[in-house]
Amino acid sequence: MKATEPDNRPVITMRGVTVGSLAAPGAVVAQAVNWTVAAGEFWAVAGLHGAGKSDFLLLTAGLMAPLAGEYEFLGEPMPIFAEERLPHRLKLGLVFEDARLFNTLTVAENVALPLRYHRGPADVAARVADLLAALELTPFADTHPGQLGRNWQRRAALARALALGPEVLCLDNPLAGLDPRQRRWWLEWLVSLADGHGLNGGRPLTLVVSADGLRAWRGVARRFALLEGRQFTVLGDWAGVEQSGHALVRELRGTREPEFDPRGGI
Amino acid sequence: MNEPAPTAAAPETETGFVFRAPLSATWPQALGRRVLRWFFTVRGLGAFALITLGVMWTKAGRSAAAIGPLTRQEVARAGARLLPLFLFVAAALGLLVIGQVVAWSSRVGAVSYLGVVMVVAVVRELGPLITAFLVLARVGTANVVELGTARAAGEVEALEALGIDPVHYLVVPRVIGLALGTFALTVFFILAALGSGYVWAFLQDVPLRPEQYVRQIAGALSWLDFALLALKTAAFGAIIAIVTCYHGLARPLRFEDVSTATVRAVGQAVVACGCLDALFIVVYLTAA
Repeated sequence: MKATEPDNRPVITMRGVTVGSLAAPGAVVAQAVNWTVAAGEFWAVAGLHGAGKSDFLLLTAGLMAPLAGEYEFLGEPMPIFAEERLPHRLKLGLVFEDARLFNTLTVAENVALPLRYHRGPADVAARVADLLAALELTPFADTHPGQLGRNWQRRAALARALALGPEVLCLDNPLAGLDPRQRRWWLEWLVSLADGHGLNGGRPLTLVVSADGLRAWRGVARRFALLEGRQFTVLGDWAGVEQSGHALVRELRGTREPEFDPRGGI
Repeated sequence: MNEPAPTAAAPETETGFVFRAPLSATWPQALGRRVLRWFFTVRGLGAFALITLGVMWTKAGRSAAAIGPLTRQEVARAGARLLPLFLFVAAALGLLVIGQVVAWSSRVGAVSYLGVVMVVAVVRELGPLITAFLVLARVGTANVVELGTARAAGEVEALEALGIDPVHYLVVPRVIGLALGTFALTVFFILAALGSGYVWAFLQDVPLRPEQYVRQIAGALSWLDFALLALKTAAFGAIIAIVTCYHGLARPLRFEDVSTATVRAVGQAVVACGCLDALFIVVYLTAA
């Protein structure tokens, strides 16, 4: 099933972490989170709307500090704001649910921005062209994000997040609001990234996605967790999801989502 | 089971009570609230200005490939693109000052002071101040709207996710661009106002030859005028950038808050520029 086995090196370690809310400082969306993500793993964190998945991912991506507890990314305490530790921080990428592209820049300029800022102008054009071509965004290179649909905006955000070649990528609800064909594209792409895509130097990418449901991620993600009622529960692999007696887990793993064979289309 | 997880109510911020308190019942309460609001605003602006200066210092020359084009774009936006408007207003100002001064000075035989009046009124005061207010209207308001919209749309978090310092990327180019642009525009504005002033004097048959006019102006100018003009105009530009960026960027905004933030930024920038101008008047009077 898996093209590349995880090497078990912990990349994300949370001990007793309390997750706050970016919109409401001081509010708690999850507490006592104990979680370890090994290199090369593919996690899906499921929960209902309002459960705090986005805030959880923002904390995981280093945009928020834990209200309590310890969070280490590749052995370094998070979040990282110090300039001298920035290269370490850049090993972690984030794709927002609403893409959050810069509306004054074109798609190509959006993808080029992190490269220009962190690495200078050398080879930017070639890298951007590769990313746009791989994600089928070349026809939209000179288009402003506001003129694109949600799927294309999210693809551009994925290209931007991949530009610096991260080791870990967090994606906030990447399947939200997409039609079945678009969802299939995304699932195939994420599996190829997890297995080691050429765009990322062939290295398996550690992935953490948030999701409204579990079913779509069966056979795609390798580890599952549930966020509900301020509790973060690790479910393990799909067998663990199926064995869980949690009523919400049963509901989220329902049967309405179409089954998907991730290797079929690659 | 299907209900979202309950979250604790957002706690009151350190200064929020001042802004959300009910209407004051007595005038001491109203006065006290205004004083507190003024204090918190000055403190916030001061902190933001220091952070910006710190970033300019520590990240000078860093990420030139991304920051350089933005800075040039801001210089063009706050400078060259505004030139036609400024030349028009400068011509009107020259007419206004010369028209009034000639009407009165010719009655008392003081036409020979025309150049001096132009230096005192236009070079030292009206030129820099009108330029600053026009830059605020044309560029400062756009800053608040752009940054406020970006903030409301979550673009600041997107920058942070990419390891890009929002102050470095969004504020520093605007501060440099507005400081340089305001200085350059003021110079052109003053030159145009002095030129149009002479044209209006000529049209009113004032017995003043061009070389006399230029000599009067040159005689009224000192090195202090040049030094303080450069300092004052650059400071006006930097203040406009700091105040407008602060209101657009420094606090969480929703889309519906952007217009209020713009109005507040304009008011505070006008007051800040006025206070700075008063400070420079004191410097002039002390040095004169």
